[in-house]
Amino acid sequence: MLGWSAFKKGMNMGIVKTSRLIFEYIRRNEEGDVEGITRAVDRVNLDINAGEFVAILGHNGSGKSTLAKHLNAILDPTEGTVLVDGKDTTDENEIWNIRKTAGMVFQNPDNQIIGQIVEEDVGFGPENMGVETAKIWERVEKSLKSVGMYAYRHKSPNRLSGGQKQRVSIAGVLAMHPKCIILDEPTAMLDPNGRKEVIAAIKELNQKEGITIILITHYMDEAALADRVFVMDAGSIAMQGTPREVFSQIEKLKQLRLDVPQVTMLAYELQKKGVPLDAGILTIDELVGGLKACQLL
Amino acid sequence: MSIIIDHLCQVYEPGTSMEVVALNDICLQITDGEFIGLIGHTGSGKSTLIQHLNGILKPYSGSVYFDGADIFDEDYDLKKLRSQVGLVFQYPEHQLFEETVFKDVCFGPKNMGLSQKEVEMRAYQALKMVGLEDEYFYQSPFDLSGGQKRRVAIAGVLAMKPRVMILDEPTAGLDPKGRDEMFALITKLRRESNMSIVLVSHSMEDVAAYVERIVVMNQGKVMMDGSPHEVFSHVEQLEAVGLMAPQITYVMKRLKEEGLPVLGSEMTVAEAAESILKLLNR
Repeated sequence: MLGWSAFKKGMNMGIVKTSRLIFEYIRRNEEGDVEGITRAVDRVNLDINAGEFVAILGHNGSGKSTLAKHLNAILDPTEGTVLVDGKDTTDENEIWNIRKTAGMVFQNPDNQIIGQIVEEDVGFGPENMGVETAKIWERVEKSLKSVGMYAYRHKSPNRLSGGQKQRVSIAGVLAMHPKCIILDEPTAMLDPNGRKEVIAAIKELNQKEGITIILITHYMDEAALADRVFVMDAGSIAMQGTPREVFSQIEKLKQLRLDVPQVTMLAYELQKKGVPLDAGILTIDELVGGLKACQLL
Repeated sequence: MSIIIDHLCQVYEPGTSMEVVALNDICLQITDGEFIGLIGHTGSGKSTLIQHLNGILKPYSGSVYFDGADIFDEDYDLKKLRSQVGLVFQYPEHQLFEETVFKDVCFGPKNMGLSQKEVEMRAYQALKMVGLEDEYFYQSPFDLSGGQKRRVAIAGVLAMKPRVMILDEPTAGLDPKGRDEMFALITKLRRESNMSIVLVSHSMEDVAAYVERIVVMNQGKVMMDGSPHEVFSHVEQLEAVGLMAPQITYVMKRLKEEGLPVLGSEMTVAEAAESILKLLNR
């Protein structure tokens, strides 16, 4: 029976919540005169549960990154509110708590690593938070182990591959013990193996440690791994649902300058030619199952 | 008319404990009009290799010939070479610097010592070629969207009328539609100018769909060189060096293992759909 405790639990579960979030910026010309106002985020309502893996898709300029920057108080809303673990991001007194709760990883690993040695870099966050020294080392060790980079702790970050650097960046965020990690196109600059490593690390953090993941990406196959997908267009949320619900709407996604995973596209092409497959096939197993069901296999 | 790379070696900090062999005895030939995909994991030597093709880096040993002349000869005109072998770096929009889009595109041809009229004509043609509307010509390049900026940067290279164009991950950071548009542009450039194109890419799907020949690099060496079908039929070897086959190839490989008589090496969605539909009609 779903009693009061489940209801209460439900109430407490939201980790990131935005209501009618609006962000506008003023465009100025060279003389500094106002040319106009651009609304980059337009009335966005998000309610992300603790432990969820959420993917945010959207074409270049759709407002994804601007939205993400609100989730750990890099930007303040023009209108509306952003609550991170119940705390308002405009509350000056809570800003460090918010950044501890919701850590951010950016696209270019070279812009986020500052330490001369891997373990030093990872320790930077907790040190800044005033964690005592012995505890810092504990956190560094655990974080590096979580992303499979412990063996590299004495190396210089310069000597690492892109995927390894990005995993060190994630460890740096982990060492601050966040409840939520926001990743803004973390694999855009990586080779196939680097992408695989980073996505595996993200999935593991989500599944084993229950950390909420908000992944912004242009790779549809990465979004297919999420629990929920949001699609942004012109600053607002144009589509949302499970990956299956979203990726079964191929024409709509194409209009929004997006795509679907290749296996989904293949199933769709076959379907169009009369092969009776379900909409929104996301994995090879599902396609094999579908083809078996129509006795092709 | 081609580029010949002859036993090219590059060694960083030779003779020290920091010595790194970045390129190890590379021999390749790039002929007119070819569309080559250059793949390999980060650090495999791709970027080092392409920087030798227009003389930015000088080899440790070996040489590069363009139209039969050794580009590392002392009296070779490297400036001219750089207008003929255009290099578009990763995130080229970071290199835009002029006040207006048009001026930025003029920079390359102007440095070639052409007349003002010729410079402007080339800039105009190049901007038209990349599909930028006239209304943007006199705007600051910094006011454009990411995809537009990248087009301007490419126009800057095109305005020098290169015969070979090397693009280092031209679709990095672009949304799927932006990626498709970039490939439509590259395809158009090839069709209209018979330019040779070398595409450095981390997307196996893109390489499979567009190029005619793939060169795979690993640890500073050429590990494979062949048609996309040849290269992507060696999935295990590619995975061993941090690469992959296109997503769809894994799908078809699995279907074959499940007993469906497909090739198992299809590389694009269109090829895969065709294979399966053929079986259905039989």
